[in-house]
Amino acid sequence: MAETAPLWAVVVLPLALVVLAGVAAGADAVLSAAHGGAGAWRRAADPWREAVRLLVQQPRRTRAADRWLGRIGIGLVPVAAVLAAAVVPWGLRPVTDPAVGVVWFNAMEALAWAAVWLAGWGPNSAFSLVGGYRFLAQGLAYELPHMLALTTAALGAESLRVGAVVAAQRGLWFVVWMPVAFAVHLLSAAALAFWGPFAHPLGRDVAGGAAAEWSGPDRLVLLAGRWLLLAAGAAFAVPLFLGGGHGPLLPAWLWTVVKTAAVLAALLGLRHLVPTVRMDRYMEVAWLVLVPLTLLQALVVAVVVLGRR
Amino acid sequence: MFGDVVFWVLSAVAVAAGVMVFRFDSMARATYALLLSLLCVGGLVVRLGLDYLGVVIVLMMTVEMALMAVFMVMYMMNPAGLMPMSMLHNTKGAAVVCGGLFVLLAAGIVLAPWPHRRGRPGDDATRALGESLMGPHMLTMMTLGLALFATIVATVVLATRRGRYDRFGDALRAPRADDPARGGVGR
Repeated sequence: MAETAPLWAVVVLPLALVVLAGVAAGADAVLSAAHGGAGAWRRAADPWREAVRLLVQQPRRTRAADRWLGRIGIGLVPVAAVLAAAVVPWGLRPVTDPAVGVVWFNAMEALAWAAVWLAGWGPNSAFSLVGGYRFLAQGLAYELPHMLALTTAALGAESLRVGAVVAAQRGLWFVVWMPVAFAVHLLSAAALAFWGPFAHPLGRDVAGGAAAEWSGPDRLVLLAGRWLLLAAGAAFAVPLFLGGGHGPLLPAWLWTVVKTAAVLAALLGLRHLVPTVRMDRYMEVAWLVLVPLTLLQALVVAVVVLGRR
Repeated sequence: MFGDVVFWVLSAVAVAAGVMVFRFDSMARATYALLLSLLCVGGLVVRLGLDYLGVVIVLMMTVEMALMAVFMVMYMMNPAGLMPMSMLHNTKGAAVVCGGLFVLLAAGIVLAPWPHRRGRPGDDATRALGESLMGPHMLTMMTLGLALFATIVATVVLATRRGRYDRFGDALRAPRADDPARGGVGR
């Protein structure tokens, strides 16, 4: 059983998550600029520059806005990300390792549903409300396969404790015999961060959707929180499917960093290769293809677990 | 001591947020006040040592309230629930029903012969819950599941504007569904 990290990790965790998200956003900016030729790597600092710009930007206000409800919504995005990341082991020790860690992650990720809708509702603007509704529809599409994917990993370890899931992968990583669950988790990590192919709730066709009316520091919290959610979702794939900190030669914390970076790189690749998916189309794929596939995957894992006894 | 503080803070916030559901004049605010109240209840259940149930309450209620906001806004008679409106209807009747229910429940709490605890709770409440659900209470859960599923299907059937005859023609012979927008698996 992995023990939990010392108390200072509570302070370090949000900072580490911010750094991870910042590096990922920087890599994304570099990838986007790569078509422009030489010097693309200089764009790596773009997200930080943009953050500073938003901090000093004059905020824009809308008429009859429910500003506080909207602010609760955008504040919830980074808070949910950090709370979800609290059960992710960095190395072999998480900040906290509750007996129901997998369910905890799922519950915190569900807060994003409420958050994005509130962010869309708050400014009293039609486009931004459309964006909020889009995310709820998207949530209905990705959540069910995602829950089944999380369940499958917990089933393989016979425990809802994330530490136990990591310990169960000492020999064989779950990704080897649960490839479907892993793939669904990757898709859901992008979908729960309303990012990449699943960025329709903030789509250009609705003038920026749920983020349309937010400006200044509010916008920074919302857009940075989205990268934090993505980083948390990617980081959670490591203990669930990629063996956590287990690996030869390198120390456990370094393995975690390397694997998290690999998952984030895969997600960045997904964003640059796949166009934005409309949520009603993804809904059909999710419920008609992914749900049966994940159910089959869970069945296979359940039979293996029973046979092992 | 710490446990007491947590209990009283969560209880107070739960009750206060519950009251605010009826004081707010906005659909969205009322929904999320209710969510706050339910999240506090989830915290109280975790305090009882039932981690799994508590976290599941947080998960389910968040999703449920997020969806409820949609339905409430969709079905409201005032323009889509977007304008300020009172959350109170039929105030006198509701007061009578609520008062009666409160008296009934309170009387039940005071008068019921509560059993004394025999033995100790198991180490793993989640496992005990799972074994109970999958064992002696299997029939209850299956019946409940079936009833819920039937409700979902019935609601969809009642609500849908386009049935299979619209999609596949009167004889259901159309090779392709006639949908306004094609779905993700290309039907």
